Amino acid sequence: MVTVSTTTRTAQDLTAQARDVLGVSRLTNHALTSWLHGLPGVDQVGCEARAASLGTRSVKTTSKAWAIDTAIGMIDLTTLEGSDTVGKVRSLCAKALVPDPLDGTTPRPAAICVYGDMVATAKAALGDSGIHVAAVATAFPSGRASMPVKLADTRDAVEAGADEIDMVIDRGAFLAGDYLTVFNQIAEVKMACGAAHLKVIMETGELVTYDNVRRASYLSMLAGGDFIKTSTGKVQPAATLPVTLVMLEAVRDWRELTGSQVGVKPAGGIKTTKDAIKYLVMVSEIAGDDWLTPEWFRFGASSLLNDLILQRQKLATGAYSGADYVTID
Amino acid sequence: MSRLDVRKTYKLYIGGKFPRSESGRSYEVVSATGDFIANAAMGSRKDVRDAVVAARGALGGWSGTTAYNRGQVLYRVAEVLEGRRAQFVDEVGAAEGLPARAAGAVVDAAIDRVVWYAGWTDKIAQVLGNLNPVAGPFFNVSAPEPTGVVGILAPQSSSLLGLVSVIAPVIASGNTVVVVTSADRPLPAVTLGEVLATSDVPGGVVNIITARTAEVATWLAAHRDVNAIDLTGVAGADGVDWAALEAEAAGNLKRVYRPALVGGAPVEPDWTADPGLGRIRAFVETKTVWHPKGL
Repeated sequence: MVTVSTTTRTAQDLTAQARDVLGVSRLTNHALTSWLHGLPGVDQVGCEARAASLGTRSVKTTSKAWAIDTAIGMIDLTTLEGSDTVGKVRSLCAKALVPDPLDGTTPRPAAICVYGDMVATAKAALGDSGIHVAAVATAFPSGRASMPVKLADTRDAVEAGADEIDMVIDRGAFLAGDYLTVFNQIAEVKMACGAAHLKVIMETGELVTYDNVRRASYLSMLAGGDFIKTSTGKVQPAATLPVTLVMLEAVRDWRELTGSQVGVKPAGGIKTTKDAIKYLVMVSEIAGDDWLTPEWFRFGASSLLNDLILQRQKLATGAYSGADYVTID
Repeated sequence: MSRLDVRKTYKLYIGGKFPRSESGRSYEVVSATGDFIANAAMGSRKDVRDAVVAARGALGGWSGTTAYNRGQVLYRVAEVLEGRRAQFVDEVGAAEGLPARAAGAVVDAAIDRVVWYAGWTDKIAQVLGNLNPVAGPFFNVSAPEPTGVVGILAPQSSSLLGLVSVIAPVIASGNTVVVVTSADRPLPAVTLGEVLATSDVPGGVVNIITARTAEVATWLAAHRDVNAIDLTGVAGADGVDWAALEAEAAGNLKRVYRPALVGGAPVEPDWTADPGLGRIRAFVETKTVWHPKGL
C-alpha cells in the first residue's frame, strides 16, 4: 500500500522532471503550450501512406506462427460493458487461463481488463497465474468527473488488487489548450496508482488531428504514464494504424530524449489476425524490437483472441477452422 | 466510326458482392468448339474461406425467414432469370455447344426448376416432419431444420440447369451455400450470381466461386465451419478423388452427398429427370421435441 508521503514526493519528482525536459524554471500552462506546439507537425499524407505500406507485408508460415503467439501474449482481454456480470468476468478469466482447450501450447494473454468493481472478482479467478488485472478508472470512458472522484476511483481499483490502471485524459481540457490541468491530473492519478502501472488513454478519435495525438502522447509521457493507449473502444474511430504510428514514433523519440521507455496500447476495432500482424510489423519498424514484448506493447481487444486462435488451429491442423471451435465470449 | 466493345468482367460472387479473386488470377474460358469466350476469375482457397465466412454470416437471417418468404424470394429468382433469358441462352449455348433452340429449352427447364423448388419451401416441414405417436402424455413433434453452411461442387457439364438443380433445393430449406462452379463452363454461374444479387436473395446466402475444382475442393471439404458438402461436381472433374474428399469431410463429421455412381465411377445425373425430394432431404436435420400434454 502506498503512503501519502511517498506520493507527494513522486508528484514533485514528476513536475521537476518535466521542468528539466522543458528547460524551464516553473511548469506553467504557457511553458507546456510552447513545448507541445513546438513539436514537429505530423505529415498527414505521409503518415497514412507509411502506415498503409507497412500493412502490405506478407507474413507467412513460421513467421506467422510466431506473430500469432506473440500477439496472443500481448492481448489485454477486455470486457467493458454496463451489462458485465460477475459470471461474465469469471468466464473471461477462464478463457485467459485456457485460451484454447484443444491445444495446451496456446499462450495466455497478458491481462484481463475490466471495470474497477470487477477487479476483485478477476483477481480471485486468475489466482497466481501471472495474468495481470487491468482496471479502467477516472470516470471511464468520458472522464467527466471531479478530480477527487477520479482519484477515489483509481485508489479503489488499486486497493482491490489491480496491477494496471487505464485512465482517460480530460479531452475537454486538452482540446481547450489547458495542458497543465491534463498534466496535473495524470500526475495525480499516477501517484494514486502506487506500484500499479498507469496506462493513459488519449481517446484519439476525439483529438481530431495527428498533431494533437503527438502532443497528447508527449504530455502523457511527461506526466508519468507507463503506457500510452489510443482509445476507450467506446468512440469511433478507435485504434487506427496511422494513429498508432504517431504514438510509436513518440515513444521511440521519448526514449532518445529521456532514456525511459514507455509502452503503447492500441485498443478498439482490432478484430482479425491480419490487423494484429500489421500492428506488430509497425512496432518492429517504427519503435524497434525492444517494444515487441507484452511489457511494452499491448492490444486492447476481446474478439481478436478468437480469431488468433482460429488462425492458430488452421496452422496446426491444415484445415480452416470455425466459430464452433472457440468459446463464445 | 465503329463502337468499341464493352466486354464483361466475370468475377466471383461472395457475400452479395462481386470481387475478383484474392489471388489476382484468372483463366481463359473457351466455348464447346474451343473458341475463346472470356477470362474468368480463378478462385483460390482464400476465396473459399471468405465465402464460408459470408455464408456463415448469412445463415442466421436466411434460416430465420419464414418458409413462405423463402418461397417468394425463390420465385423472384425465377422471374429475374426469365427476364435475362436471352443472355442465358447465349451463354449456355456457347458453353455446352447447343444450338439456340436446345439451349432455350435448357434455360426454360432451369427457370421451371427454380419455380418448382420455390413451391416446396413451405411444404418441406409437412412432408419431412411428423407428429409422432408416443406412449406417454406428450406431443412429440419432428421437424426438419437446415443443416447450416453447405459446400457444393456444381456439376461440370450442365452449366445452368444442373447448377440451379443443386443450389435451389439446398437454400429452399434455409441453408446457405458456397458453390464451386463447373471449371470449364463457369460463365452461366457468374450471370446467375447477378440474378441472385438483384432478386431479394440476401448477400451471402449463395456464394459462387469460379475455380479449378481440384484446387479448391479439398479446402472446402476440410473446412471445419462447413456443415455439409455436395460432391456432385466430382463427376468429370480433372484430378479430383471424391473418396479423399469424403475422408477430409469426416474431420468435422460433415454431411456428405455422394455423387451418382455407375460401376464405381461418378457420373453426372440426368438433370431433366424428376428431381424428387432427395436433395432437400439430404440437407436438413430432424429436430424432435417432446412437449408435455395436459388432459
